[in-house]
Amino acid sequence: MSDFINSYWSHFIIALAVGGLIFCLWLLYSQRGWLKSHIDQVEDTGHVWDGNLRELNNPIPRWWVVMYILTCVFTVGYWYLYPSLGSIQGALGYSSAAQVKQELDALREQVKPIFARYQGMSIPEIAADTEARGIGQRLFLNHCAQCHSSDARGGAGFPDLTDKDWLYGGEPEQIQTTITKGRHGVMPAWNGQIKPDEAADIAQYVRSLSGLAADALRIIPGKRGFQTYCVACHGVDGKGNQALGAPNLTDDVWLYGSSQASIVDTILNGRENSMPAQENILSEDQIRILTAWVWGLSNSSGTAGSGAAVSAR
Amino acid sequence: MLETPSEDTTANAGPATDAPAWQPAQISRTRPEPSPHLEKALADVRSKIYPRAVTGIFARWRIIMVVLTQLIFYGLPWLQWNGRQAVLFDLGARKFYLFGMVLWPQDVIYLAVLLVISAFSLFLFTAIAGRLFCGYACPQTVYTEIFMWVERRIEGDRLARIRLDEQPWSWRKLRIKAAKHIVWILIAWWTGSTFIGYFSPIRELGMDLLNLSLGPWQWFWMVFYAVATWGNAGFLREAVCKYMCPYARFQSVMVDNDTMVVTYDYVRGEPRGGRSRKIDHKGAGMGDCVDCSMCVQVCPTGIDIRDGLQYMCIGCGACVDACDQVMDKMHYDKGLIRYTSANAIEQDLDQSQVRKRAVRPRVLIYTALLVAIVGVFLYALTTRDTLRVDVIRDRGVLGREVAGGVIENIYRLQVMNATEQPMQLTVSAGGLPDVSVTLPEQQGDSLTIEAASNRLVPIVVHAPAGALASGLHEIELDVIGRLEDGSVGVATERTTFFVPK
Repeated sequence: MSDFINSYWSHFIIALAVGGLIFCLWLLYSQRGWLKSHIDQVEDTGHVWDGNLRELNNPIPRWWVVMYILTCVFTVGYWYLYPSLGSIQGALGYSSAAQVKQELDALREQVKPIFARYQGMSIPEIAADTEARGIGQRLFLNHCAQCHSSDARGGAGFPDLTDKDWLYGGEPEQIQTTITKGRHGVMPAWNGQIKPDEAADIAQYVRSLSGLAADALRIIPGKRGFQTYCVACHGVDGKGNQALGAPNLTDDVWLYGSSQASIVDTILNGRENSMPAQENILSEDQIRILTAWVWGLSNSSGTAGSGAAVSAR
Repeated sequence: MLETPSEDTTANAGPATDAPAWQPAQISRTRPEPSPHLEKALADVRSKIYPRAVTGIFARWRIIMVVLTQLIFYGLPWLQWNGRQAVLFDLGARKFYLFGMVLWPQDVIYLAVLLVISAFSLFLFTAIAGRLFCGYACPQTVYTEIFMWVERRIEGDRLARIRLDEQPWSWRKLRIKAAKHIVWILIAWWTGSTFIGYFSPIRELGMDLLNLSLGPWQWFWMVFYAVATWGNAGFLREAVCKYMCPYARFQSVMVDNDTMVVTYDYVRGEPRGGRSRKIDHKGAGMGDCVDCSMCVQVCPTGIDIRDGLQYMCIGCGACVDACDQVMDKMHYDKGLIRYTSANAIEQDLDQSQVRKRAVRPRVLIYTALLVAIVGVFLYALTTRDTLRVDVIRDRGVLGREVAGGVIENIYRLQVMNATEQPMQLTVSAGGLPDVSVTLPEQQGDSLTIEAASNRLVPIVVHAPAGALASGLHEIELDVIGRLEDGSVGVATERTTFFVPK
């Protein structure tokens, strides 16, 4: 009932429901003269169709009246058991959210035998299993592809999962932790300490780490700046730190783009990015299969061939 | 509340009164009742009809139809096709197997068209010859016929049954009644389990049934269908046609004066009355009807056809057969009651003229429409796409530039293989210069869609960046599915290709 913040609405619905039942009972009571079993003269409405079809005003059958009263009794029972009178919860403590949870649990129970086969298998073994890869891909398309894209190669701000470059590590355990608990990566904004010019120098140096074209004159002050501000997380050699999620800056993999403007923006304004935790959405079994599938993307043991069925027109 | 006081008092013969014609006969009752009309209607519902057995051409036709429809109903689930049940509506998997076809929920349009065809067939048959469906093919008629045959075999014909019911309870009566109900229930149970056999494989069902290991819904539908059969064919019978069936009402209004319906030839028959076989009845001013009431006794809905066409008449022709036998015995011409039109009686037409009048605009229009719809239906069904593709574009990343100056767009293809063989897919793109398609590496080399299944296939479409203006470009994706037997299905889907700035 969180939609109805004001208790007025609860009272309104109670009044409506109780009033409705009272009206129904009053209606029956007001018609008691017509409903009694013995009537001397049935009222003839005088309507005649097709020569001999006459409309009479006969009383409603007794069974019908009984059913009518029973529905009224049912109403009271329903009010007592279920949350139907405004915000009153009802004796059964029923809620639709609880029912959804129950149904989800039942569904998990139902698919358990499918996952049971993989419980004794290691992640690389699962990754080599054709059926598990099918499950993994479906899970990925349903839960991950919205950000990492359907081919798992991500986009600006969303890591590519196929390139063997890992922010938080590419071992099965690390991938599983990432999926289960999520990640929250922060690059602090340096615009208080670093001037735009200085940031441009550092950007040139960072580009040179990946072997991209860089201004040789600016690399030297850039390197000095880098060693002042950046080494704490990205390391002296710029290879990053997977414990912090600090990216490796030497592998020509760019989450936010490799242009100078983009790197300067990253340095001055920082970046903040998060991977949502899946532990409340996916079961542990599902996460293992998904881990294996993601691990398999960059640890292919013959599973990944070159792009197939290529054709152009 | 509407009531239909009929002039027919045969079924509930009461003492004659001088009441107006519309008022039904008074029925003796234990307590004073205010409404004779209501009581009459209820008495009609409660009174049991004991139809007499009848033989003849129409009875034979009905037996043929009973055998035919039940052979289909009971037999169809047992047919095998390509190693599976030929007709199976697998609700759990949302797949409907019909011989060589696998229908999906997407094919529900065929069901709609099938219902339209059924409706038009009903219109056509009704316009030509009245309630043919009711009399010969309706499940209610068919099962009632089966149940009445059992009843006749066990309890005897009309008089024996009436006598048995009037008897007080005895061991003999109990034995006979119990035997009847056991046979009825067996038939009903068989019907119920056949019914669920259309929805889950019937061959496995037999074992499940023996082990009492059916699912709850299977139990429910089997018992429900069996009880419905037992109740409808054993007890409700004509009451279903008279009080419940909507078809009965609308078929009745689709009959016109040129429709061939079961008709009593009152011109020839009246004035009716008993007579000796020897006298010249025409000379004595009598019609051909000997008032033997056989037509009433055989009627499954308990009406008197001599009162004219009534909504209760299901057009079964039992009275035609019965009357023809009597006419034979009297050495009169057959056909005092026959399939003919109202106009035929009034205008004294012979049967060939009546048949000629069957070809009238209404019938021709129904026929033309029916032929057209059936033609379109069959064409659509035979040329049905067995490969269906929906394109879903990735929205997280609309388009991205990758090394080498190439723009990539990612799509998911929802591919559905409606055949029963594995399908090898090839995807290509067109509509832009140098546009090409690759499958993501994790997809592997081959792209197989299993028989009768669907699958999400991610694809990557590439185009060189330099040649294209930023924005959206129309492209088309051609999906070709090759089956093992060499046949090929092609699906072309239009979509857009996004080039970022």
